[in-house]
Amino acid sequence: MQTPKEIGAIQFGLMDPETYRDMSATKIITADTYDDDGYPIDMGLMDPRLGVIDPGLECRTCGSHSGSCNGHFGHIELAAPVIHVGFTKLIRRLLRSTCRECGRLSLTAEEQDEFRDGLQRNEELGEDWTDVLKSAVRQARKASRCPHCSAPQHDIKHEKPTTYYEVQDVLAGDYSERIASAMQPDPDDEDDSGMSPSELAEESGLDLSRVNEILSGEFRPVGEDRKKLEKALDADLTEEDMNKLMPSDIRDWFEDIPDEDIETLGIDPSRSRPEWMILTVLPVPPVTARPSITLDNGQRSEDDLTHKLVDIIRINQRFMENREAGAPQLIIEDLWELLQYHVTTFVDNEISGTPPARHRSGRPLKTLSQRLKGKEGRFRGSLSGKRVNFSARTVISPDPTLSLNEVGVPERVAREMTQTMNVSERNLDRAQQYVRNGPEGHPGANYVKRPDGRRLKVTEKNCEELAEKIGVGWEVNRHLIDGDIVIFNRQPSLHRMSIMAHEVVVMPYKTFRLNTVVCPPYNADFDGDEMNMHALQTEESRAEARVLMRVQEQLLSPRFGENIIGAIQDHISGTYLLTNGNPEFTETQALDLLRATSIDTLPEPAGESDDGEPYWTGQQLFSELLPDDLNLEFTSSAGDEVVIENGQLISGTIDEDAVGAFGGEVVDTLAKVHSKTRARVFVNEVASLAMRAIMHFGFSIGIDDESIPQAANEQVDEAIASAYDRVQELIEIYEAGELESLPGRTVDETLEMKIMQQLGKARDSAGEIAEDHFADDNPAVVMARSGARGSMLNLTQMAGCVGQQAVRGERINRGYEGRTLSHYQPNDLSAEAHGFVENSYRGGLTPREFFFHAMGGREGLVDTAVRTSKSGYLQRRLINALSELEAQYDGTVRDTSGTVVQFEFGEDGTSPVKVSSSEDNPIDVENIADRIIDAEFDSEAEKEEFLGRKKLPTNISEYAGPGLDKAQNLGVESDD
Amino acid sequence: MTEEYEYVTDDIEAIVEDYELPESLLHRIYETIEARGGVDLDQADEIAHAIHSRYEDSRVEAHDPVGTVSAQSIGEPGTQMTMNTFHYAGVAEIDVTQGLPRLIELVDARKTPDTPMMTVHLEEEYAENRERAHEVVWQMEATKILALGDISTNVADMIVQVDLNEDTLAERWPTVDSVDTVAQEIAETIEDALGVSTRRSETLIEFGPEEPSYRRLLQLVEELRDIVFKGLEDISRVVIRKEDNEQTDGEEFVLYTEGSAFGDVLSIEGVDASRSTSNNIHEVYRNLGVEAARETIINETMETLKEQGLDDVNIRHLMLVADIMTNRGEIESIGRHGISGSKDSVLARAAFEVTVNHLLDAAVHGEEDDLDGVIENVIVGKPVSIGTGDVALRMGSIEADGGTPEPSDD
Repeated sequence: MQTPKEIGAIQFGLMDPETYRDMSATKIITADTYDDDGYPIDMGLMDPRLGVIDPGLECRTCGSHSGSCNGHFGHIELAAPVIHVGFTKLIRRLLRSTCRECGRLSLTAEEQDEFRDGLQRNEELGEDWTDVLKSAVRQARKASRCPHCSAPQHDIKHEKPTTYYEVQDVLAGDYSERIASAMQPDPDDEDDSGMSPSELAEESGLDLSRVNEILSGEFRPVGEDRKKLEKALDADLTEEDMNKLMPSDIRDWFEDIPDEDIETLGIDPSRSRPEWMILTVLPVPPVTARPSITLDNGQRSEDDLTHKLVDIIRINQRFMENREAGAPQLIIEDLWELLQYHVTTFVDNEISGTPPARHRSGRPLKTLSQRLKGKEGRFRGSLSGKRVNFSARTVISPDPTLSLNEVGVPERVAREMTQTMNVSERNLDRAQQYVRNGPEGHPGANYVKRPDGRRLKVTEKNCEELAEKIGVGWEVNRHLIDGDIVIFNRQPSLHRMSIMAHEVVVMPYKTFRLNTVVCPPYNADFDGDEMNMHALQTEESRAEARVLMRVQEQLLSPRFGENIIGAIQDHISGTYLLTNGNPEFTETQALDLLRATSIDTLPEPAGESDDGEPYWTGQQLFSELLPDDLNLEFTSSAGDEVVIENGQLISGTIDEDAVGAFGGEVVDTLAKVHSKTRARVFVNEVASLAMRAIMHFGFSIGIDDESIPQAANEQVDEAIASAYDRVQELIEIYEAGELESLPGRTVDETLEMKIMQQLGKARDSAGEIAEDHFADDNPAVVMARSGARGSMLNLTQMAGCVGQQAVRGERINRGYEGRTLSHYQPNDLSAEAHGFVENSYRGGLTPREFFFHAMGGREGLVDTAVRTSKSGYLQRRLINALSELEAQYDGTVRDTSGTVVQFEFGEDGTSPVKVSSSEDNPIDVENIADRIIDAEFDSEAEKEEFLGRKKLPTNISEYAGPGLDKAQNLGVESDD
Repeated sequence: MTEEYEYVTDDIEAIVEDYELPESLLHRIYETIEARGGVDLDQADEIAHAIHSRYEDSRVEAHDPVGTVSAQSIGEPGTQMTMNTFHYAGVAEIDVTQGLPRLIELVDARKTPDTPMMTVHLEEEYAENRERAHEVVWQMEATKILALGDISTNVADMIVQVDLNEDTLAERWPTVDSVDTVAQEIAETIEDALGVSTRRSETLIEFGPEEPSYRRLLQLVEELRDIVFKGLEDISRVVIRKEDNEQTDGEEFVLYTEGSAFGDVLSIEGVDASRSTSNNIHEVYRNLGVEAARETIINETMETLKEQGLDDVNIRHLMLVADIMTNRGEIESIGRHGISGSKDSVLARAAFEVTVNHLLDAAVHGEEDDLDGVIENVIVGKPVSIGTGDVALRMGSIEADGGTPEPSDD
């Protein structure tokens, strides 16, 4: 058989036993695997014709070696047919709806047409046709006689998993006693005098003599007679007779079903015949699908499937032997059932009602169904998620000197991951040098490929020699070098920014290094996080990665349409310190601040100090990073108006709202209005400047930064004490029964709510008192105000009062009966008995407070654990449902089969990446008109660009390409 | 159209119209030109060109995998939501399921939400008057016997006595003049529901079991408590709130209900059907159709996200989810029983959930997988037909192909 190059479509169907035999490489007859010498036994389960797993051996069917031979199926001739467990429900349905005599579907021609039409219609509409199917079966089952051959039909009873009975009503053995007792007078009813035989004869219309014969048990009233008697006596004279249907009976039955009839039941007769659901031949999977493992001690350990096959063959043989020896029917039936059990568990070992087949150790065997099912199964584990080469994983650590587009790759990783170089005259020298460096030296090579297609491994020994041989047309697998593009990923990959392309910077040591500004999209930190790297192997994929996946292309998040990459944490504290209050710097200081950026000349000084020294302001230095044509006005998170005019920060403090990740205005505007490249340069430089600034000012936090004066502490205590009083008041009102309940709440709930409210207020006022005593330059305050980290609430809890601990949104109420802890009186409703922590973190918690705090904290942990699994499943379902949708050239959104889901994406065709969800009019018509009318363009090129007639060329590298690059147009060119 | 604008000449209009821009943008261009007292033709062209290029930039690109992006954009913030089920949303008095559980509920398209709720707006004459608003409330809220009067059980005489409160009756049946009529009505309701005969004197209703039986007596009392005398059984409580009216800039009374019976409520006199809504998407679907159901899905998901402070999620993502849920004209859930389970491809279904059954069914029905979708192609190792995989890239230079470079469009 030839392997197709590309799979066009996959057909599903059942297989004919004859096909099993045809495709079989050999019949398997012995349950043994290997002989004493360790060679596979002929016609055994490990027959060499089924393929090879041991390296060096040759496949007896196709002649290829292990690795290139996919293996071949064998087959077992089953001594008797057995049912395939996967189809038990369908078999039952077929038994019930077809005639036991002629095999035709028990439906009239009209009914059949109707159902077939219904089925076809549903199929055309792409709707579920199981409903039509079920009603067809229900209708067919109703028939007590076959409409075609008028043979009487019986009910089918299915005993799970694989036994079927035909149920017939026959005359009960004790019919005469039943009749007699029915003729007796009813003891509860005085009026009933019973029934005499003559009355019975009259009532039923039978002869009196016949009735007497029946009563004496001499005559068996069957058919009409029985029914007449039953009617006359109002009694049941039947009992159920269960006739077991053996798989061979069912197979014979199914063979009679005509093709047209199964079509009505939704079965495709051209691909699947119902009798094929009963196995007569069992295909034996190739050995490559069930390889045996050789343990350290030389023992062979067989695969679960092999174990199961051994069982099947053994029973199969015993069955045959017994039958030939003419064993009693009982024994044959037992063996048949056993064979059925083994074949059943071979297919599925998790059938309810059947004990799973177990390994010697007691572990349930993993058979065919179990291999396919579930997260680690073939479909989700091996086919949808594949293992790949050219990947690396290690711990990450920060490196602020890298650009956000870059990733530091340890040399060891770089030596392992290779890129294929097609040798030409232009890169011949370099290629030779790589090979000469060998696999150990850094920009070296691991393999070369000759023009004839032969691959040679580069070793320390042969590298010099090979380097000389390299010529045009060879391929060299060289190590990763600076500037190569790789894909970088951190799990969980919740959104597309979890996988981005970076440019390689080869570095010493063993961790991946990344710029801290890419932490938000990856949701990474450096407490031991690991990340994965993939080296791309085709030119096409490298190009796609550069153009679409590079970090700078992913600055904007499609979730909210604003930048997700920007300054974080210390960067924000840094810019805040630099611009808040607009501090002044001397020339040395100013140059020092800017030294890590690409700015190499200072602007005109802002003024002169008293001793004649020129000075520069923080706002001025920050403005150096801005493009000259930037105009912005917005309110910062600290609350002041930030004004940027022509690239100069006129007023305002630069904080999270300006440069932060998650929608910093400046970064967002640069990325949308200017270019991604400009925004990348800006973010890089802001980070560098901010680090310099924060180092200039010095920034640290210690326990003393959260302390407040004694007087303030007393105020806090007072505030809390007065809250306690108010709570006590509420409790008294409640206990007096005078508390008015809020609408829709009980009195108890009302009390709880009011107490919570009071205590919440108490904490807030404690916070306010504490806040009043913190200086503006307090580092915790700086961080909270600038949005760098933490909030005023954190500060309140550290300095003022931790506040109420809650479990399930209520005060803590659990624990002992009527009280939370044995330290309190039962039914104590006071604040402290229900988890109010009046101390601050700095002051320290009392043991009871600590306990309550731990309760609240535990709830949070549990909540997080539950949430991750729930939201993970939600996301999997969403992605599965929506993954096929794609925007088309005509602006519609369709799935891959062409069904229109939206005529215009999001009703207006606007991309969520480019337009923030909060914006109404993304296009500033006024501004555009003004610029055109005023003709404020430095050059014709700028104007062309503004008009959109000329697009900026695509920047594809940190080192090369147009626009702003690290090399500052020093003539360095990219080599690939 | 240019009649409205003094300075927008026919020539300018012709130039601007040439760029295929949406109506709203066209208007904004004309207004801008108008505000500047007209521009020359070159400038008009330049303005239109610049705006056109920016407009094109802001549109989704062809082959953008919008489905996956939307799914991620809704799924990712899910990790930041709370699991806390109950919390009052909007109305302090009514508990509504929120956060992740609510989001899951919506996406699952559950037949009934955990906490059904309606927001009922009233027609003008009812909305501004508390009394009139209450009239609507009494028609909606399920009125049980305990709200109308006191029950006393007389064990000695085997009698249940209901002493109705006249004031309450007058309040809840404002349209009926006589309390007597109401009491009679109540007595009849009891007779119908419990199958007993009642005696009534004024507002006192008495009844008891036919034969003296202590058990039956208590049973009657229990059953009596469950009888709904007025209003809709599903609506256990109604809260009236005064809110700003967005349409008239005034204030109006809005009703919030615990429990939902959307169809019945819409037919109540005084209810503004155009603004009232339920959080049960199936009820909205039954009463107002798929389009309304789609709108409800969008609004409810947005509301759920907003409540968690995640309102920055672009509404277009929610629209796409709502659109795929309602694409076949009825509400389908996202998951194995809905969209994922009814995909054409066998492999796609098998890769999602209940792998084995899908394969067995496919075999019996002789299905064929054409490998159109994403997952199928990942499975067989072919490029997927989405994004860059949907473009057939042709390498080679124009000269080598023997063709001439195509002239660019502009």
